[in-house]
Amino acid sequence: MPKDSGIGAASKRREDVRFLTGRGVYTDDLKIQAQAHAVMVRSAVAHGRIVSVDTSAAAAMPGVLAVFTGEDFKDVGGNPAGWLIKSRNGEPMREPKRPVLAHGKVRHVGDAYAAVVAETYQQARDAAQQLADDTVIEELPAIIDMKAAAADASNRVHDEIPDNICFDWGWIEDNRAAVDAVFAKAPHVTTLELVNNRLVPNAMEPRASIGEYFPGTGDYKLTTTSQNPHLTRLLVAAFVMGIPENKLTVVAPDVGGGFGSKIYHYGEEALVLAAAKKLGRAVRWTAERSESFLSDAHGRDHVTKIELACEKDGTFLAFRTETYANVGAYLSNFSTATPTFLHGTLMAGPYKVPHVYVNVKTIFTNTAPVDAYRGAGRPEATFSLERVIDKMCRELSLDPFEVRRKNFITTDMFPYTTPVGLAYDTGDYHATLDKVIQIADVSGFEMRRQASASKGKLRGMGLSTWIEACGIAPSHLVGVLGSRVGLYDAATVRVNATGNISVMVGAHSHGQGHETVFPQIVAERLGVPESAVEIVHGDTSKIPFGMGSYGSRSLAVCGVAMNKAIDKIVAKGRKIAAHMLEASEDDITFADGKFSVAGTDKAKTFGEIAFSAYVPHNYPLETLEPGLEETAFYDPANFTYPAGAYICEVEVDADTGKVDVVAFHCADDFGNIMNPMIVEGQVHGGVGQGIGQALLENTSYDENGQLLTGSFMDYAMPRADDVPFYNVDYSCQTPCTHNPLGVKGCGEAGAIGSPPAVVNAVIDALHRGGITHVDHINMPVSPGRVWQAING
Amino acid sequence: MQLSDSRDIHAAPETVWAAILNPEVLKDCVPGCESMTGSVAEGFEAVVVQKVGPVKARFTGLVKLSDIIEGRSLTISGEGKGGPAGFARGGAKVALEPTAEGTRLSYEVEAAVGGKIAQLGSRIIDGFAKKMADEFFTRFQTAVEGPAPEDAPEDAPAEAAEGTEEGEQKKGWFRRLIG
Repeated sequence: MPKDSGIGAASKRREDVRFLTGRGVYTDDLKIQAQAHAVMVRSAVAHGRIVSVDTSAAAAMPGVLAVFTGEDFKDVGGNPAGWLIKSRNGEPMREPKRPVLAHGKVRHVGDAYAAVVAETYQQARDAAQQLADDTVIEELPAIIDMKAAAADASNRVHDEIPDNICFDWGWIEDNRAAVDAVFAKAPHVTTLELVNNRLVPNAMEPRASIGEYFPGTGDYKLTTTSQNPHLTRLLVAAFVMGIPENKLTVVAPDVGGGFGSKIYHYGEEALVLAAAKKLGRAVRWTAERSESFLSDAHGRDHVTKIELACEKDGTFLAFRTETYANVGAYLSNFSTATPTFLHGTLMAGPYKVPHVYVNVKTIFTNTAPVDAYRGAGRPEATFSLERVIDKMCRELSLDPFEVRRKNFITTDMFPYTTPVGLAYDTGDYHATLDKVIQIADVSGFEMRRQASASKGKLRGMGLSTWIEACGIAPSHLVGVLGSRVGLYDAATVRVNATGNISVMVGAHSHGQGHETVFPQIVAERLGVPESAVEIVHGDTSKIPFGMGSYGSRSLAVCGVAMNKAIDKIVAKGRKIAAHMLEASEDDITFADGKFSVAGTDKAKTFGEIAFSAYVPHNYPLETLEPGLEETAFYDPANFTYPAGAYICEVEVDADTGKVDVVAFHCADDFGNIMNPMIVEGQVHGGVGQGIGQALLENTSYDENGQLLTGSFMDYAMPRADDVPFYNVDYSCQTPCTHNPLGVKGCGEAGAIGSPPAVVNAVIDALHRGGITHVDHINMPVSPGRVWQAING
Repeated sequence: MQLSDSRDIHAAPETVWAAILNPEVLKDCVPGCESMTGSVAEGFEAVVVQKVGPVKARFTGLVKLSDIIEGRSLTISGEGKGGPAGFARGGAKVALEPTAEGTRLSYEVEAAVGGKIAQLGSRIIDGFAKKMADEFFTRFQTAVEGPAPEDAPEDAPAEAAEGTEEGEQKKGWFRRLIG
């Protein structure tokens, strides 16, 4: 019998009522008295020297209040990279300054070098155009291709970085010789060169920011589209603007999707604050869709050569990779962690492979910055592994299911330390593989293939297994790996006098459903209705602290912090109950919302205890403070390791190259499930994005650095008719061993596991159809590419 | 993008050459050209209105003639700023050689766009550039040769029908120049 509330219930998403009825309040919805409008002036060329910016005409235009250029910010701090990565030779990464507004040079199309603030948006736009017309930029040759960039020391994105290389990282460098030795004498080596295509995040809500300054107190307020307002506050306050944190409030109200792109601090946030202070008025900026394409941090963009050394029976001996990772023109906040510690550390997959070596060269180019995007590094790792394994199976005529089974880490091996530095705490990879084989009806594939063939379509089946390290934390580990911040989280549980509860959480919900799931846990633990619990998030003046939502960490880190705060509430409640019930605290039990004296019928409800805490007439005031509010910070002992197995079936039209995903099956292990409906929704969304990457989405810069896919006319987002009805199973559950909720995180899974399943299915379809000369097609596997592969 | 093509023009090379250097001819031949002023030595200021896919803009810029080998070849290049639409730049290397029928004009065109046109119109930019080039040289050919006989205005002067080189010229750009 499914529960109708609490942990494990499919409680309906309460936030959807406002989202679906147009009552959400997003940054751009907020109207503030005497607000002024900022428009950014962006470079139309990919690489150029700023010769002169004549602001006089723009400044004199109607309604114009202020004009800013890079010159105005040349002495303030730069937007920093959050992780320090060291090259193989021990040298720290090259870290060019990322200014609020470009100064000296523009480095990508869309790089903002000036901003205009005016009474109205239209006036600001007109003046911004005037300013662009009055600016002289000497165009320089654009640096677009990564390998060419690294080979040509004469043309530089940043003048002080001669070879355009940010770092050349080896993981684990000490293992390199041993891995090379395995390859030298391996019975079989499979090599695959592939591209993990660059993606534009395309959150439904474009970025927007409002800066306010209150001269009476000297306080600043930034309302912005952020996945992590505290991190934004830290970056704006301490690194860029030099505002004390206690003088800056950052609010992220309803945020319409992020997928990573709203983790980072962007220059517009500093600009609106500086402008607000200068003008003594609120200053707002909202991106146009075109600006989002040009200036949001993009995702992926790896060019990889992966090699697999194995026995003839498919037993893995070693993986070795060489990857060029594009960081774009500047280092966005997580950009150096994404291709390294979120990628290289996953390069053993769920396999007991003894030797792995990963090399990543991170390259500056004249393109938009690249950073974490749903999955962040782990989709790239999974794609490389699962594609090369698939190719190996074909080369050696081995069954892809059996090869995975042969190489899986087995349940008796946990905790298992991989050769790339992670310690998997638990999992059951055979179980999810068995489950997906069952739900996908693999044994019935041949019949379906014949049915497709009778329609003239080639049907194929693709398998991928995946694992990720998520619940991004623990501080001690990420600190060793180069993180410059801690990655714990925090929550305050405030029980009000009348027994209802406000929970202030550091996680930020921008679509995930925290407002629904977190109350389920509170309701379960405290025996109150879910409706009596309110989640407060996204406001640094209200919540204790938080590192935000990304890396599938909200529940596994912040949820556990909340759970710890609930522990403290219960503990204090027992003390109050012991006093009221005149019993020993040791004899008080708490269950179903009641504090009882063990073995008696004497009890106080949770509501009575809460009331007593705030009206402490009968209360142990000499030993206990009144009030019922507790805060907890939680820093986990390890990452969490969700894993799963996916099967995709496609039909390929060999005449046109068109690929249709006709079935998609997911068997995931997310540990304990708090709300199955939300888990399904997360998997659906992730797989949808993965299918988008695999078949449709492509970010194309021409040789001059012009973004050719700069609108939804040219950048193909997946639509409803591009995806099948998903078959999602999460019944294989090995609870996380180091957090009390046993949860692992499910937000990124779909985007990690699905692209290789799709591409494996396409290649399988071609081979089954007799087209055996095609062993790889780069994503997006568009009709044109499939047709060319078939006919080329 | 790059493209190259050639056309056979029924006119002597020196007539074709004179037409290329004439700003009035260029103005008439550049599709969407609103004005063109200047000289061969200093370059021409041009204003061109064009629509690339969803983006319509008025481009203002300088057209320069360079690498001039008298009577044989030259490079026409231009860069125009289209305000919010972005920019376009391009060039055509034009070469003339005498043939039995008149002149073979061959050209290599190179074009690039930036800003919003590149973002919104890239799918169609190659086709657009080819169409622009085709239209330019078709108009140019018409301007030099004069319209095909069936298109000839009824009040065409009698001497234009003689089929002389001068007559051909007068039917086209030359006639309009002298009114």
